Amino acid sequence: MGSTSGTPGTSGVGRRDLIKRSAALGIISVPTMSFLSACASGGGDDDDKAKTVKKTKDNPFGVAKDNDLDVFIFKGGYGDEYAKAWEASFEKKYGGDVAHSGEQDVTGKLQPRFNKGNPPDVVDDSGSKKMKLDTLFKEGHLTDLTQLLDAPSIDDPSKKIRDIMLPGTIEQGTFGGKFHALFYVYAAWGLWYSNKLFKKHGWDVPKTWDQLLDIMKDAKSKGIGGLAHQGKYPYYMNIVIMDLIAKTGGMDAVKAIDNLDPKAFVGNDAAERSIEAVYEIVEKGLLMPGTNSLEHTEAQTKWNEYKAVFIPSGSWLENEQAKQTPEDFEMTFLPLPLLPDSKMKLHAVRVGADEPFIVPSKAKNVPGGLEFLRRMLSKEGATDFAKKASSLSVLGPEYVDKSVELRPGIKTALAAVDDCPVPERFNFRYSEWYGELDVEIQNATGELMAKRLTPKKWLERCQKAVDKERAKGTDKNKRK
Amino acid sequence: MHRKKYPFIVGFLVLPVGLYLLLVIWPYIQTISYSFTDWSGASQNFGFVGFDNYKDLADDDVFLKALRHNALLLVLVPTLTILLSLFFAFMVNVGGRGGAGGVSGVKGSGFYRIVFFFPQVLSVAILAILFKAVYRGDDSGLINGSLQAVGLGDKNNPTEWLNDPDLVLWCIVFVMIWAGAGFYMVLFSAAMQSIPKDIYEAALLDGAGRVQTFFRVTLPLLWETIQTAWVFLAILSMDAFLLISTLTSQDFGGGPDHSSEVISTYLMRNFQTYSKSGYACAMGVVMLLLTLIVSIVTLRLSRRERIEY
Repeated sequence: MGSTSGTPGTSGVGRRDLIKRSAALGIISVPTMSFLSACASGGGDDDDKAKTVKKTKDNPFGVAKDNDLDVFIFKGGYGDEYAKAWEASFEKKYGGDVAHSGEQDVTGKLQPRFNKGNPPDVVDDSGSKKMKLDTLFKEGHLTDLTQLLDAPSIDDPSKKIRDIMLPGTIEQGTFGGKFHALFYVYAAWGLWYSNKLFKKHGWDVPKTWDQLLDIMKDAKSKGIGGLAHQGKYPYYMNIVIMDLIAKTGGMDAVKAIDNLDPKAFVGNDAAERSIEAVYEIVEKGLLMPGTNSLEHTEAQTKWNEYKAVFIPSGSWLENEQAKQTPEDFEMTFLPLPLLPDSKMKLHAVRVGADEPFIVPSKAKNVPGGLEFLRRMLSKEGATDFAKKASSLSVLGPEYVDKSVELRPGIKTALAAVDDCPVPERFNFRYSEWYGELDVEIQNATGELMAKRLTPKKWLERCQKAVDKERAKGTDKNKRK
Repeated sequence: MHRKKYPFIVGFLVLPVGLYLLLVIWPYIQTISYSFTDWSGASQNFGFVGFDNYKDLADDDVFLKALRHNALLLVLVPTLTILLSLFFAFMVNVGGRGGAGGVSGVKGSGFYRIVFFFPQVLSVAILAILFKAVYRGDDSGLINGSLQAVGLGDKNNPTEWLNDPDLVLWCIVFVMIWAGAGFYMVLFSAAMQSIPKDIYEAALLDGAGRVQTFFRVTLPLLWETIQTAWVFLAILSMDAFLLISTLTSQDFGGGPDHSSEVISTYLMRNFQTYSKSGYACAMGVVMLLLTLIVSIVTLRLSRRERIEY
């Protein structure tokens, strides 16, 4: 032993020593390297664009046969089976190879590709790890989709695509005054409950906030949590908070937040009353025990097990929970009940086009991407979507084949939307426009629900975040 | 023959050195240069902003908080892991008493060796799923459920382990130690086994107890291995990304409300969620510098005269 080591007392470095030290130094680079190289980028883009043929009414973008198409789908609450159906149909019509990727980490997978100038041809840019659309727009990565709006519809070539989409879709996808993103899914957000549980306990559908609280209190006395929320992601609880603010203060309150008003939260009566009302749930112990730290699926599954009466979510909830929901659960959608003197009516509901699809401007097959979107906006495309994702597209219910039976929960959500006249439907834009503001409001909400923040402090924190965002300078495209 | 020696050696070195430059050194250089820009990460358009990113870092409360958390991990994780694994290794190898065979481990040491090493074969992803179930914040969590089963927990007010600002970082520290102790036990065991048994026998004959044997014989002879372990663990504490991002709330972890934020989680959120990639690169550079400093300081401070045996 030790025969190859350096002699003691001298500065010589033995072989064993050398190996150890170099291993130690070498490994220093390990943790930082992965983060450093995350930042590194590739260069160069190649120019082998897809071939095109002459544009016709039937083929408005001039898609040639046998070009490959690369489709990237966010695999979230809607899954990605619907996209596979679209791809099969596209492949049948135009040949070529349609590549499919269904992923959750959109940014992780796509940022390097955008950076390298090698993006897919169609991207469903959604989920908590979506790439920011306004960044993509600013960097010139989005194809102007106005040509899609003006293209003839597949089912009735006398109509343009722009005329068959539900109201609000074009506004939602407009950046810099032009249509750049096709928000494909027609979604509604609000509270959900089990009608079976309601019948069992003899509860009536709540119309006011007090009635909502009464049900929660009654549930608590029977050992059921009043409200479950997906605590690990305060995004969901913000549906309740923001919708209540909107319904109490009307469109002005929505605009105040989206437009970064100096009185968006502090000094805004609607916001102040709403957050006090929400905090009552926390204060009176009406939350499902432990809900503040649960994953979205964990909380939703508990709710499916009748451990809580209400849960906030969007219209994808039923599809996401399909496997965990009992047959006789009777999932039902509920627009937020009202505080006294609300500016909006009870039927007002947060509705919007969700799930943006884009065609990157540097994609190899831009015409193919555009044609893919056009085919999504057809009876066949919308029916595939309704079948596989049990949700509606921005074409509305009449574009779904009669043979498709939607699930009962989504039907209640659609009925609620139908009950609300178009001008009274509302939606927020701040979360998409201002990423940091959104995260800060989510953090504040997480603290509020855990009883570590008072409503007053919540308002102050959110106002501070609004003020900070406003101080960064104005962006005309982000105004209502 | 002699003259051709150098082209021959160079021929072998070109490829690995080239790969190293391309895959390791080049990203470093790119990142350092990006840290002086307002790069969004989504394209190759950016403007030069000088040291602005670094100035902003110095005023960024969340970053400073993350830095403090990294510092805490840096002190706790290596110290506790090494102490625990040294104790385990000592017990498994020389902790046994009596018997005709002289120096040996405690009874069943072979079994302990395997069991303690077991966490090491699990990937971080599995660790995360495992501990999600352990720390789950309602009565379905392993800890909460067990506590309630023996009547200690409050069913209506369970401890939300990973949603409690005072607990979350300790929960993470626990997982890191749990996952690491076994590996370092085996590392130290290997080093201990290379210590000649006659040294221990001599110590035993002189009437040394377990504690004395440990401090007078084992520890000095293990010094270099401990030093290496320290550097490895320090680097692990500077990172901790996978565990924290999978276990805690917020995009890329760090929640609730930044209570478990470390540099790497905040870096990724800036890089991807906020599209502030230039700023994120500046954090990456700070992280690189800190890791280098910590490693060099550790190796320097713990330098001792070698003991030969």
